[in-house]
Amino acid sequence: MSPLVSLRGVERVYGEGEAEVRALDGIDLDFMPGELVAVMGPSGSGKSTCMNILGCLDQPTAGSYKFADNETRELTQDQLALLRRYYLGFIFQGYNLLARTSAVDNVELPLVYRGVAARERRERALEALRLVGLENRAHHAPSELSGGQQQRVAIARAIVTGPSMLLADEPTGNLDTARKDDIMRLLVNLNERLGITIVMVTHEPEMAEYCRRQVHFRDGKVAEDTGARC
Amino acid sequence: MLSSWSRVLFAAMVMAVREVRRNVFRSSLTVLGIVIGVASVIAMVSLGKSASEQVTQNVAKMGNNMIMLMPGAPRRGPGGGSGAPFTPADVKAIIQQVTGAQDVAPESAKSALVVFGNRNHTTPIRGSTNAWLRVRGWKVAEGREFTDAELGGANPACMMGSSTRKELFGNQAALDETVRVGNVSCRIVGLFETKGRSGGGDDQDDFILMPLRVFQRRIQGKTDVSSIYLTVKPGRSQTGVVRNLEMLMRERRHIGPGEDDDFHVADTKEFAAAMSTVTTTLTALLGGIAGVSLLVGGIGIMNIMLVSVTERTREIGIRLSIGARGREVLLQFLAEAVGLSLLGGVVGMIVGGAGSYAATRLMGMPFSFPPEIALIAFVFSGGVGVLFGYLPARKAARLNPIEALRHE
Repeated sequence: MSPLVSLRGVERVYGEGEAEVRALDGIDLDFMPGELVAVMGPSGSGKSTCMNILGCLDQPTAGSYKFADNETRELTQDQLALLRRYYLGFIFQGYNLLARTSAVDNVELPLVYRGVAARERRERALEALRLVGLENRAHHAPSELSGGQQQRVAIARAIVTGPSMLLADEPTGNLDTARKDDIMRLLVNLNERLGITIVMVTHEPEMAEYCRRQVHFRDGKVAEDTGARC
Repeated sequence: MLSSWSRVLFAAMVMAVREVRRNVFRSSLTVLGIVIGVASVIAMVSLGKSASEQVTQNVAKMGNNMIMLMPGAPRRGPGGGSGAPFTPADVKAIIQQVTGAQDVAPESAKSALVVFGNRNHTTPIRGSTNAWLRVRGWKVAEGREFTDAELGGANPACMMGSSTRKELFGNQAALDETVRVGNVSCRIVGLFETKGRSGGGDDQDDFILMPLRVFQRRIQGKTDVSSIYLTVKPGRSQTGVVRNLEMLMRERRHIGPGEDDDFHVADTKEFAAAMSTVTTTLTALLGGIAGVSLLVGGIGIMNIMLVSVTERTREIGIRLSIGARGREVLLQFLAEAVGLSLLGGVVGMIVGGAGSYAATRLMGMPFSFPPEIALIAFVFSGGVGVLFGYLPARKAARLNPIEALRHE
């Protein structure tokens, strides 16, 4: 089986000359389809930059990023947007839901860009909300929901399209312990039941425990990788 | 693919409507700018159209295709004093020699007291022939035109305008009654249809028409003809007739080469053309001024859209991260701007139309609202939306997703 994600010698450099910052300094990583990976490391180690590159929101300064055997360097901005639309799902630390927009409308949003008809959109959005246990909060605006509930709406939005890979940037960062475990069980469940590849940034070892593979970043390099399929 | 595009477009419109409703107060202020702009353009154009329609109607009331021959030099004021009046022989000569003329009507006029029973009324008395009716565009509502015998001077007869009739008879029947005009008793043989007020506001229906012979002998006391009206035969050139007429009159009035005319010729076509040039120019000018306010309204939309893009940077970041392409974000913001300005266009059209209607009623002008200005307003306000919405929308579409997501 060929890897879903393949990074080879990926570098990301910000600034020039004296002010040059090497956020990523030669990353080699392969993720197989269906993996659940925890990305760890101190702040400034390059985790978030790596996530942005994996999510095609940013592009490497040097090196190669292949997604399902497609070299992303060769894709246009529009093609990258389509890659995000059809294959990727994002869960942000700060939820990033549209304010003053109901949960179900938020979840529907990625389907709007896929050109799904309104009725089907609504059905699939409600189904996704049911999966994260929020079907009875569908018509609440984010401001009327707790942090954990907002995070679950964000997860519903990320999975409603049935993505190949889910990228989660500290999905449990703003939550209390009980809620953290809820969210982690949900992610593990999605990974096991739907076979979605999940890459998750966290700096809490307890959360990383849920993942079979852990990758540690330090100074823009991979310091430790427990390895695939252990 | 096409249907998915139309869905994206539809979704963009739904989102735009939602966003507009979310900021009702701000949106209505933005729209107000367009409303004022479109309303003033519509009102100005509609009023201008109404004015030129009124001019056309007034000229039509004066008689179609008419040439007027008056004594006096052309540039020394109307009916200028220096020229001698015409004579019945002049009229005869014109009828015989100006071949392009269809009808030739002499006219002399004088004010006189008209008495019926215990009522009396001073009104202009005009002396002419039946040709006068055709030339000046009068129709007989009741009764008949003059007979040849009457025109020859027998059995004094007269025809009466509707206002004069009302003055003297009220609601009573007037036909075949005998009125005293000056010191002539004459029978009313015809009543004219009402024409209404002229462009200058005069009552055109207040006059009495008598056969020229009777008028000259019994009212005026001399055989002068104060003016002569002509119409042109279909297919003949008006300028040709005017030139013939001028040559004939110069000859008859013994004006040598190089000498100035002591009469002048005017035609309604010329008059109408001059008037419509004035109204068209005025309409364009006022419409242009109104257009400036539409421009200001458009800048208002651009301003609000730029604020909106900055405010919603994070939203744009979210949309980009879940797979919106730049052009789809552009479409959404453009839809919002176009929607706002189209709304303003429709409301402005209603307001402008209503304002123009009220103004024309107040000024007693015919109301004119050509459907094409509604279309133009619609297209124009949509165009304003595209023009002034594009820049902010492009700014939104070009945002870097990561930076947009970090934006607070």
